[in-house]
Amino acid sequence: MKKTSSVVDLLLLLLAINVLATPAFSDLVLSKVERRIDVTSQIARVTKTLKVVNSGSESVSEFTLTFPKFLGNNLAYLTVSHSEGKGKAKRFLANLSVKEAHAKGTPDSISFYSVSLPKPLSKGDTLTLEVVAAFTNVLQPFPEKITQRDIHLVMLQESAQYLSPYVVESQSLSIKLPNARIESYTKLENSKVQGSEIKYGPYKNLAQYSYAPIVVHFESKAAFAVAEKLVREIEVSHWGNVQVTEHYNLVHRGAQLKGEFSRLEYQDRPNPQGVSAFRHLLARLPPRAHSIYYRDDIGNISTSQMQSDSKKTELLIEPRFPLFGGWKTFFTIGYGLPLSDFLFASEGKRFLDISFGSPMIDLVTEKLIVQVVLPEGSKDISVTTPFDVKQSHEIKYSHLDIAGRPVVVLEKNNVVPDHNQNIQVYYKFSNINLLSEPLMLITGFFVLFITCIIYTRADFSISKSSAAYLAKLQWDEVLATLQEVQNIIQKCLAAHDKLEASLRDLSRTGDIQTCKAARKSTDSFLKDLSKELRPLLASLQSFPSASQISPKVEELVAKEKELQEKLMAKHTTVVEGYEKKSSGRDIENRIASQQQKIVALRQEVDDLVEFIDEI
Amino acid sequence: MGAKKASPDLLNSSFSFKSLKLKTKQQELLLRVSILGLVYVLAFIARLFSVLRYESMIHEFDPYFNYRTTLFLTEKGFYEFWNWFDSESWYPLGRIIGGTLYPGLMVTAALIYWTLRFLRFFVHIREVCVLTAPFFASNTTIVAYFFGKEIWDTGAGLVAAALIAICPGYISRSVAGSYDNEAVAIFALLLTFYLFVKAVKTGSLSWALGSAFGYFYMVSAWGGYVFIINLVPLYVLVLLITGRYSMRLYVAYNCMYILGMLLAMQIRFVGFQHVQSGEHMGAMGVFLLMQVFYFLDWVKYQLNDTKLFQTFLRITVTSAILVGGIALGVGTASGYISPWTGRFYSLLDPTYAKDHIPIIASVSEHQPTAWSSFMFDYHILLFLFPAGLYFCFKRLSDATIFIVMYGLTSLYFAGVMVRLILVATPAVCLISAIAVSATVKNLTSLLRTKQKVPQTGSTKGVGSSKSSSKVTLDQSQPFQKNGAIALLVGVFYLLSRYAIHCTWVTSEAYSSPSIVLAARGAHGNRIIFDDYREAYYWLRQNTPTDAKVMSWWDYGYQITAMGNRTVIVDNNTWNNTHIATVGRAMSSYEDEAYDIMRSLDVNYVLVVFGGVTGYSSDDINKFLWMVRIGGGVYPVIKEPDYLVNGEFRVDKGASPKMLNCLMYKLCYYRFGELVTEYGKPTGYDRARGVEIGNKDIKLEHLEEAYTTSNWIVRIYRVKPPTNRL
Repeated sequence: MKKTSSVVDLLLLLLAINVLATPAFSDLVLSKVERRIDVTSQIARVTKTLKVVNSGSESVSEFTLTFPKFLGNNLAYLTVSHSEGKGKAKRFLANLSVKEAHAKGTPDSISFYSVSLPKPLSKGDTLTLEVVAAFTNVLQPFPEKITQRDIHLVMLQESAQYLSPYVVESQSLSIKLPNARIESYTKLENSKVQGSEIKYGPYKNLAQYSYAPIVVHFESKAAFAVAEKLVREIEVSHWGNVQVTEHYNLVHRGAQLKGEFSRLEYQDRPNPQGVSAFRHLLARLPPRAHSIYYRDDIGNISTSQMQSDSKKTELLIEPRFPLFGGWKTFFTIGYGLPLSDFLFASEGKRFLDISFGSPMIDLVTEKLIVQVVLPEGSKDISVTTPFDVKQSHEIKYSHLDIAGRPVVVLEKNNVVPDHNQNIQVYYKFSNINLLSEPLMLITGFFVLFITCIIYTRADFSISKSSAAYLAKLQWDEVLATLQEVQNIIQKCLAAHDKLEASLRDLSRTGDIQTCKAARKSTDSFLKDLSKELRPLLASLQSFPSASQISPKVEELVAKEKELQEKLMAKHTTVVEGYEKKSSGRDIENRIASQQQKIVALRQEVDDLVEFIDEI
Repeated sequence: MGAKKASPDLLNSSFSFKSLKLKTKQQELLLRVSILGLVYVLAFIARLFSVLRYESMIHEFDPYFNYRTTLFLTEKGFYEFWNWFDSESWYPLGRIIGGTLYPGLMVTAALIYWTLRFLRFFVHIREVCVLTAPFFASNTTIVAYFFGKEIWDTGAGLVAAALIAICPGYISRSVAGSYDNEAVAIFALLLTFYLFVKAVKTGSLSWALGSAFGYFYMVSAWGGYVFIINLVPLYVLVLLITGRYSMRLYVAYNCMYILGMLLAMQIRFVGFQHVQSGEHMGAMGVFLLMQVFYFLDWVKYQLNDTKLFQTFLRITVTSAILVGGIALGVGTASGYISPWTGRFYSLLDPTYAKDHIPIIASVSEHQPTAWSSFMFDYHILLFLFPAGLYFCFKRLSDATIFIVMYGLTSLYFAGVMVRLILVATPAVCLISAIAVSATVKNLTSLLRTKQKVPQTGSTKGVGSSKSSSKVTLDQSQPFQKNGAIALLVGVFYLLSRYAIHCTWVTSEAYSSPSIVLAARGAHGNRIIFDDYREAYYWLRQNTPTDAKVMSWWDYGYQITAMGNRTVIVDNNTWNNTHIATVGRAMSSYEDEAYDIMRSLDVNYVLVVFGGVTGYSSDDINKFLWMVRIGGGVYPVIKEPDYLVNGEFRVDKGASPKMLNCLMYKLCYYRFGELVTEYGKPTGYDRARGVEIGNKDIKLEHLEEAYTTSNWIVRIYRVKPPTNRL
């Protein structure tokens, strides 16, 4: 189908050229044209060096480039620059602006592009133009269907003579093929094969719109990997990361597989980098790329290798299955890049400077969508691109977003690796916005804790007069009273300890007066405490729910009292002993029995305190 | 604990510090909450081995269906999901998804997903599905704590939570990625039981209501709810017989049964089974019995005459049993009450499935359990379980009777079917926890009393004020303290072995997704066989979207979920005839199979073959089941045709029918030319260790469409019929 249509194209073209009316572009003459076509990959790269001479009388500021329509339709990339000097001294100067121009009265089968010259070319002046063009889909697989064993043959159609609206004085064409295996090529005069190169020309003094169709049929081992759709999402995080996620819809656009696939033959062939299938793709990522992943709809794909050095990161990815002609696959790769390498500031604005196209080598992308996701709160967004793209804006919601993140969507069809130039996205962003998400999290947790506190503290019972509720209230009161009693007992015990300490001081220093003073203060302190204790005990007895506890508490208080008395007695004995200047051993003997009782009582009190503690 | 034992002379210095210290109660609360928190986290992270070892992916077979339906639910909403007619499976019959699944799991995952989105966490639904099981396992530990607290004390609750958090019997079904009904069902099961026990203990309507809702959740999540609806009435019956009938029981059971039944009817897959199916009749019988009991109680209260009451009792019981028996008989005879299903029978009689329903017997997880897998899944719990039972019987109450019954019945079922180990696990953990907790508590209390004696002794105390029992204990067993310490060390040693065992089992045995196979290479490196996904992804990308794929039913869910293609049969084995047709096609000669495949519009045939890698669970090893299931419906297929002297072989000595049937041809196509192992002839099957018998296989109606890199999955294209002209 495709082949016949391009043959028709050719015929139409020839017809059109024959009937072409008045030459509108006749003022210029191309004194020398060199064309080189490189078809080692699936993309046909054409470089042309045109030496333009103005033979007319008026100065000319526009130059017209032409391609046959069937090539022009597949034109993916075109730049024209002018150069000075020759050989090694050749210098390329600024790129010139090119736009598609289809003047009236010109044939439909030719695509016209008009190039604005850097300065008007006056009479007799010459100018050298360098044209670089890349075409996709011009290498037609032929035959269109092959088996697993067959070699992969493709066909290229071109013109041996340069199609131009100007008179060409001298021209040559060379076609660089991937290898020396050439099935056939159109033989014209002055055509010859040199290894893997076919040369046509030189041809002298050709008229305008000269055309000599040629067809080259040769073997290609290149991977005809085409991304039918590629979505690149570039997400900027001001926390220091640029996250790139790329979704590939990949298809092998070479000759389709006919008949069965045999794993046996596929794995037995010595060179697996096959002709009819490809296994790997190489992605050249920016240096310092990290957190690389490679997955698809149903999970991680474990067959990939990475090599990185300071200049680049190379990722060799292998799809789940080898891709034969016509087979498709879908996968996602993602990687993080350091923010500082890609984000810069200028004139109060920030700008992201990042590559537009896919990092895959020799990949043709039919539809490329680049989504640049800027941080929430970015304003004044503008984009500069080195070529025309379709622009639109979207909003994306990610973690903890309220207003959503602004997204710049750039769309371009028919993208080749030559489009891997940097684009700049300018925007304004205030650093305070960075804090919004942590603050939100903090607020969230704060609210959660506050709710918990309120829930545990507040009283949510519906019926305030039910028996159970009242009992609960009363129980709370009992517990509170019990707590107070406990506190007082603790204080008492502490006072006991103080008393004991004063005795120890006495034995060390022999200062009876301080000891007596301590005794006095403790006495009054303990009296106060027992006064405090009395109403608490009374209230505890009044609660019916405390009937189980109050005897224990009373026992505790009684024991404490006893302990207190014993301690006092002991204290008195010791102090008296000192006053009478008795020997230490004597005193000790005298208080031994008291001491024993005190220890036992103390033990009991501690046990009781522990028991009450556990209620 | 330590704070309480401060000796009197130390008290002085530590006084100011002690007054700031938490009270014992608060300390205990803090300890308890932090232990529970740690156990909660532990239960979650122990299940993440699979994500670390492999990746965040859905495991095995059924989870892929659940994942696919969850995806549908989140994309299309609940009503679309409820009314979903799936034309991608069981071609050409299709499947009414909403009416043939338990939606609990999907709805739960979708709710979590929507909640997270509402909270502005934009996670992928896959991550939610992968982590649903660990999340619910963590929740189960909390329920186990409360349950343990209810039947014994808080200590037992804590131990139960810790044991169940890492018990392999539970982990096997709840690792990250094991997105299956059981993941939430065990939580629901334990919650229902806990709430019911609580309701019986308190007699409160609110707990009974809670247990009814727990039951509803269980019914919505898993077919295992039948266990609840039979165990609970059985428990009630036991309480009635042992004379433990009370008003509390009456309230709890009636409320739970009636409400639970009404709620369960809302699940379309269950529908009216509660009143129509034989499996649910026990619950209804006990419900009626309760009413009779209540009535008798009332009459007894009114009569005040024992002799009269005895007569009345006899008449009432006889007539009640008669009426009940007649009703059941009429219901069964008229077909209103359906008889027990095959699955239920096979539970009561382990040999039933083997003789009558090969499709149930063919599933490896329906096999009777080997003792080694009990050891593998329970480890020390197997020994602690009887000890726990002893403690339960020693302190018999309504709650301990329940846990004993739950433990014994579920352990019986676990012995019948491997997969039911899961149901027994909570009970085993709880009862073992009682054993551990009670033992440790006894031992430590011994240690503590002993510590106090020398303390008083050193300060010249005679110990006369001590309770006499403690003194006599101390005197009668002089090595008590040392013995207690030794036993405690032993307990901790056992428990630490348990923890080590659980970790090892989880990481080695239960974390494999079974989609991705891993092996050790010659140099100790890890080799990954990702052939399943390779094949499914190839199907997804490189076949027409309406292509129909025929494979054995095991792979049906995976093909629909990952390959996104229509399958003939899948893991929802609702139509035995359809599966038998596929089995027949696989076991017929190619031209006969071609007619069957044409009639089913099959475009691709997928087989799983382990001959190259030595992967043993492939289709050749499953082949006899295909023959049996096919032969069960189509008598043309006879099992002896594929056997030689009762032996299943694939080498030269195999039967001619075997060597030429479709399955054999598809598995071994062009395999005869391949050298799989050094020093062996071509066509050496590594899974079965033989050289194959038919090396020259020609396919007439099919062609190889794709074979994965390790030959594990082979896909064939069915050629269109040749032109007759």
